[in-house]
Amino acid sequence: MLATAVILFREVLEAALIVAIVLGASRGIAGRGRWVAGGVGLGLVGASLIALLAADLAASLGGNGQAILNAAILLAAVVMLTWHNVWMSSHGRKLAAELSSVGADVQTGKRPLAALLVVTFAAVTREGSEAVLFLWAIAAGGGQSLSMTIGGLAGVAAGVLVGLLLYRGLLRIPLRHFFSVTSWIILLLTAGLAAQAAGYLNQAGLLPALGNGLWDTSHLLSQASIVGQLLHILVGYIARPSGIQLLFYVGTLVTVLALMRLVGRPKRPRAETASP
Amino acid sequence: MPARPLAVRRPHSMARPSLLAPSAAVLLALALVFAAAPARADASPVITIDGQGFQPSELALPPGKKVKLTIHNKGPLPAEFESYDLSREVIVPPGSKVTVYVGPLEAGRYKFFNDFNQSQKGVVVVKPDEADAQGGQ
Repeated sequence: MLATAVILFREVLEAALIVAIVLGASRGIAGRGRWVAGGVGLGLVGASLIALLAADLAASLGGNGQAILNAAILLAAVVMLTWHNVWMSSHGRKLAAELSSVGADVQTGKRPLAALLVVTFAAVTREGSEAVLFLWAIAAGGGQSLSMTIGGLAGVAAGVLVGLLLYRGLLRIPLRHFFSVTSWIILLLTAGLAAQAAGYLNQAGLLPALGNGLWDTSHLLSQASIVGQLLHILVGYIARPSGIQLLFYVGTLVTVLALMRLVGRPKRPRAETASP
Repeated sequence: MPARPLAVRRPHSMARPSLLAPSAAVLLALALVFAAAPARADASPVITIDGQGFQPSELALPPGKKVKLTIHNKGPLPAEFESYDLSREVIVPPGSKVTVYVGPLEAGRYKFFNDFNQSQKGVVVVKPDEADAQGGQ
């Protein structure tokens, strides 16, 4: 029962943390709750579908179907988080100002609402499918399945709770710094997801490793530990990274940062569209 | 005055718009996905999982080579083949076979486990080339 709880907790944790970060970072954007909820709902449907089709998926693309699907989902999330961050780099300040003066949701420009949906969908689908598959298997297993199901649900609840705590914690950041803090968090998260995608593409034999285990810090901080796991989710910590993972990590970091600087740069006289 | 006074400068330092990098990465990834679909069929090592655990639980692989592993779940429960040392993670539904490429690896021991049942463990052992050539133990 405890083992089941732990497994489900870890599966749910990643999705919960990502949803919490996205919810926090989109603070003040009108309609964001509906889009995030939509992403979670669709994600649950997607997770169930993937779990249902797990055997077909495993057999597809020469046994690489799952890794390739994971990589595709992760890359979609990377693109959407990039969009979100770039948009925020030019609207964050205004958003913060309006939030502190009005305290209500803001309607500015073309908001990256679809990005919120895709990112939460991706997170919930990917992690949720593993959780659903696991729960389904124990439920079908009979015997001690009741206690295991209870353990599993407890694990899910605990994962969601940690996500909630992170969200509440984020909201305590003073408004002045809020969007720059969430931008950095999302930047690191995005780079980490890109590195994960590279790992999957390498696992599927589609990208070269460019050196396995460039370094090994597992004796300092094991990826199996709770801290290692949290850092893996939040900033992409990998104890024994391959060259391709490092390349994707740094490449994403630099690219997103450059885009944010480029778009967020204040004052381009002709680009200043008057705000009513 | 020469006609092209600045021609000495190499043009390679021109800054490119940085949108190129992520799009290129994504396109490259997608291109690879579609290009590499039919996998080369070599004789590849198979690791099976069942109620007892991994079979073999210790797998010897050659150094410096990319190897295609097949993970076959013969048990009734889904398993997740996972290794932090190899940076690998894949779900193996009951009755299914999945493919995992590993390497090229340096000599060493690389632990793996079933994330859905962590009492099930195994290790990939890569021995250095020279020791093999000189007859090993």
